[in-house]
Amino acid sequence: MQEHPQQAVVVRDLEKSFSRRAGLVGRRRRAALRHVSLSVARGECVAILGQNGSGKSTLVRVLSTLLLADGGGAWIFGYDVQREPRPVRRLVNRVSVEASFFKKMSAAENLAYAARFYGMGPGETRAKIPAILERVGFPPDRRGEAMENLSRGMQQKVALARALLTSPVVLLLDEPTTGLDPRSKAEVQAFIREIRTRHDSTIVLCTHDMNEAEELADRVGLLDRGELLFLETVDEVKARYGVETLEEAFFAATGRTFEDETEDDKDREVFA
Amino acid sequence: MTSSEYAATRSRILRDELVGLYGVVERNVYLTKRYFLWDLAFLFWTIANTLTIVFISRGVGVSPAEQNALATKLLVGGVIWAFLGIIFEIVTETVAWERWEGTIEYTFMAPVSRPVHLIGMGIYAVLYGLVRAAAVFVVVVAFIGLHVPHANYGAAVALLAIASVSFIGVGMMTAVLPLISPEKGTQLGFVAQGLMLVVSGVYYPVSVLPDWMRWIAKISPATYALRGNRQQILTGSGVAWADVWPLLVIGAISIPLGLAVFKAGERYAKKHGKLKRSG
Repeated sequence: MQEHPQQAVVVRDLEKSFSRRAGLVGRRRRAALRHVSLSVARGECVAILGQNGSGKSTLVRVLSTLLLADGGGAWIFGYDVQREPRPVRRLVNRVSVEASFFKKMSAAENLAYAARFYGMGPGETRAKIPAILERVGFPPDRRGEAMENLSRGMQQKVALARALLTSPVVLLLDEPTTGLDPRSKAEVQAFIREIRTRHDSTIVLCTHDMNEAEELADRVGLLDRGELLFLETVDEVKARYGVETLEEAFFAATGRTFEDETEDDKDREVFA
Repeated sequence: MTSSEYAATRSRILRDELVGLYGVVERNVYLTKRYFLWDLAFLFWTIANTLTIVFISRGVGVSPAEQNALATKLLVGGVIWAFLGIIFEIVTETVAWERWEGTIEYTFMAPVSRPVHLIGMGIYAVLYGLVRAAAVFVVVVAFIGLHVPHANYGAAVALLAIASVSFIGVGMMTAVLPLISPEKGTQLGFVAQGLMLVVSGVYYPVSVLPDWMRWIAKISPATYALRGNRQQILTGSGVAWADVWPLLVIGAISIPLGLAVFKAGERYAKKHGKLKRSG
């Protein structure tokens, strides 16, 4: 058990870089996270904005014990994500941009598989899985249908159900609405709001949707090329840069528009 | 923490691990159900493959009794080849299949221990492999018209189950390969299977091998499984201690070694970002 147990998430001076083969013998190294520090209070929802390849997913992967950092550290309720992964895994769950499932298995079977790894036996999931699927608005008559037959929006609802089934106290949402149609996007966002009001969950929401960040989060951070440029309330961000919108704040902070992506950014996306 | 709290925590962790182990087996049952027809087609291929080996006995100019014995020896080799192939395939799928589906990150961030996860895959592999091996054996015996009146099937299954501990250990080592090379790692599992069998006398006695290969045969669990199973099917002998103790020793070494290799591979993958689907 480490320091900061009163904070849900603490990240201090976190560094991560990747190297990939370049040509026959060469290797390229790209920093995905550069000395990132932040903290998230219990029950808070923090949005991390950033372009593709900015390091958002790398941050989420480090927090969910899927990546080992090169330097610095991260703690979930005081547990070191690198040295104490087991208690961290009990506390954390994640929804990513890809709703990854065994495609031939049904929603109920996929959820049962996930639940077993959190110690939930068949007796417990028999009632819990239908209940959680109902809560995310999944039609009961499609519970037994193979995932490959479901729409992307429907799959993302099952992904949310999978994360919530294990009652995580820290929920890591990595672009959960990217690629969804407007209706599915609105439904997923409404559900995130519901989680915020009904549960004692701390949420880290990584997104490149500025409106989503502004609507859902208490504070908004900007990760740019691996560096966290700010993490403040939306009003504080706007006041800091003297602007009206988050897009203008991005421009003021980076000198680029949010849509601009250089070759370096595209290259970085492969790494981060 | 008091001793009773400590005991309660230990007991909860043990219970959760057992539920996790059940979950791994249960998931494999779901997948087998969903891919049943594909698995059936693969079984036909295995039977055809085994027949091509066993029919060699029919072209050898020896007495019918000797032909029958040769065919039985070849059949045992073919069945163990198929059994080992399934074990390596399923244990290797611990990573390969989940990586392909994109679920691997969710599985690897779950609070179940890796030994339980891998052993769960191993248990299912052995159960499924035994059912399949029995099916191959029965069909080929009927097809060729083999006479195995003295066969001790109980002893054969028991010996195969004991050997499976070592096979799972080796399988764990190959399971890590798709983490290191997502594209080619799975194929290297087949290389391990082939190498193990070639030194173990899969279709011939170990005595025909060069000296250096015979030395390697001594540390291959397949050597003892093949030798014991042939005796049990041909003569009806029981489980011989001479076959069991080497398997227990190899198993006691290969399981911890397999886990250590997998752990090192997982650490490498987490260091270099290889868990990611597109990585």
